[in-house]
Amino acid sequence: MRVNFTVNGRPQEADDVWEGESLLYVLRERLGLPGSKNACEQGECGSCTVRLDGVPVCSCLVAAGQVEGREVVTVEGLAEFAKQRAEHGGCATGSCGTSLDEARRWESKPQDSHTGEGGELSPIQQAFIDAGAVQCGFCTPGLLVAADEMLERNPTPTDADIREALSGNLCRCTGYEKIMDAVRLAAARQSEAV
Amino acid sequence: MDFLRPASWEEALAAKAEHPTAVPIAGGTDVMVEINFDHRRPEYLLDLNRVGELSEWEVGEESVRLGASVPYTRIMENLRGELPGLALASHTVASPQIRNRGGVGGNLGTASPAGDAHPALLAAGAEVEAESVRGTRLIPIDAFYTGVKRNALAPDELIRAVHIKKADGPQQYSKVGTRNAMVIAVCAFGLALHPETRTVRTGIGSAAPTPVRAKAAEEFLNAALDEGGFWDNGKIITPSVAKQFADLCSAACNPIDDVRGTASYRRHAVGIMARRTLTWTWESYRGTAAHTEGVA
Repeated sequence: MRVNFTVNGRPQEADDVWEGESLLYVLRERLGLPGSKNACEQGECGSCTVRLDGVPVCSCLVAAGQVEGREVVTVEGLAEFAKQRAEHGGCATGSCGTSLDEARRWESKPQDSHTGEGGELSPIQQAFIDAGAVQCGFCTPGLLVAADEMLERNPTPTDADIREALSGNLCRCTGYEKIMDAVRLAAARQSEAV
Repeated sequence: MDFLRPASWEEALAAKAEHPTAVPIAGGTDVMVEINFDHRRPEYLLDLNRVGELSEWEVGEESVRLGASVPYTRIMENLRGELPGLALASHTVASPQIRNRGGVGGNLGTASPAGDAHPALLAAGAEVEAESVRGTRLIPIDAFYTGVKRNALAPDELIRAVHIKKADGPQQYSKVGTRNAMVIAVCAFGLALHPETRTVRTGIGSAAPTPVRAKAAEEFLNAALDEGGFWDNGKIITPSVAKQFADLCSAACNPIDDVRGTASYRRHAVGIMARRTLTWTWESYRGTAAHTEGVA
């Protein structure tokens, strides 16, 4: 079957999609977006986390056919997504999130490559690097998408809020402390910028 | 495999009537796992995401009509007052990503004894609104679970909503697992006080072939509370009464040994959870509010 949907602001068409195929497979194998990682395939690890109409979900548990006509943001589009959010007032008040209309209006700008290499980083991505929160890097894309969404909803998270928001993302390298540092750092920078 | 994409509830019912083997998919958090692991190759997948009313709820006089696909996240955010037990149970489901997709309709459709919503539904009192092209019927929650991963739905029926009684007293939910997130229950327990009818209802998860109520324990406790005038005098529950209630809840289990825990551990843990949830809810009822917050 054919599936039409929007990824990182660009309309995409995937052909010959098997009916039982996951959104994750379509992103990685058909659209050349390998940022979302494939690990547990059962929603345990969160490494395939993307935003579907603004909501963080495990893309391995979304059937490809279910995304017809919908909006997906992957880690490849995160920097541009965060930039446009900041330009549109962001979420300094704490009670917003991304509306479906906002998500629909958003379009990514062309970058050096399709996968986003050479582009600018989002604040959460920069914070992960600065805090040393990336070790092998496999869990990082899912953590970035989940953490970015939490900071959009809740710009001044407590440690408990961060742990809760990232409870569906497994990391087997760092022991999470550096990841916690990175999210705290991004939150602090976000509040300084306002 | 065929992917059926009804745009309305009527179309969904027609598709299910035409293809009774079609597997409904909403949040996908159970169905996609089975497909990803090749445990299941359904002939038809019936996508319900385009049926908007399944993600809506209505708060009525007596009950909440909860659309089958309302995600757990929405229940936690919006229905904590009306459905405190289910809101606590929802908070124990997996992770934010899963709670953003999964809902009670899927829990009921899968009918796993370990489904997190079941003990809360049993304790609160609920009816499942099942519909087919032949018509609509309300299945009492006590009659819904018919076996391990089996339920009372006919092959052409879909779950439209669940009607859950609004809380008329404190409710609690407790779940045993190795960590707070991403855990399939070793066992779980839901308890609801119903001061209007002066009854207590329970629900046990993951400790029998189906989710069950501890009916003998409920009857014992209802009689003990009545005899002691507890509903009126608001005294603390006599420790011997709480212990007997806990023992009867353990006895209501019919668990197995498996990778998550042994049968004897499950019996033991259900007794502990029964005593604790009874104490928490009763303290809350007495107005001391010592433990009105959930542990989830």
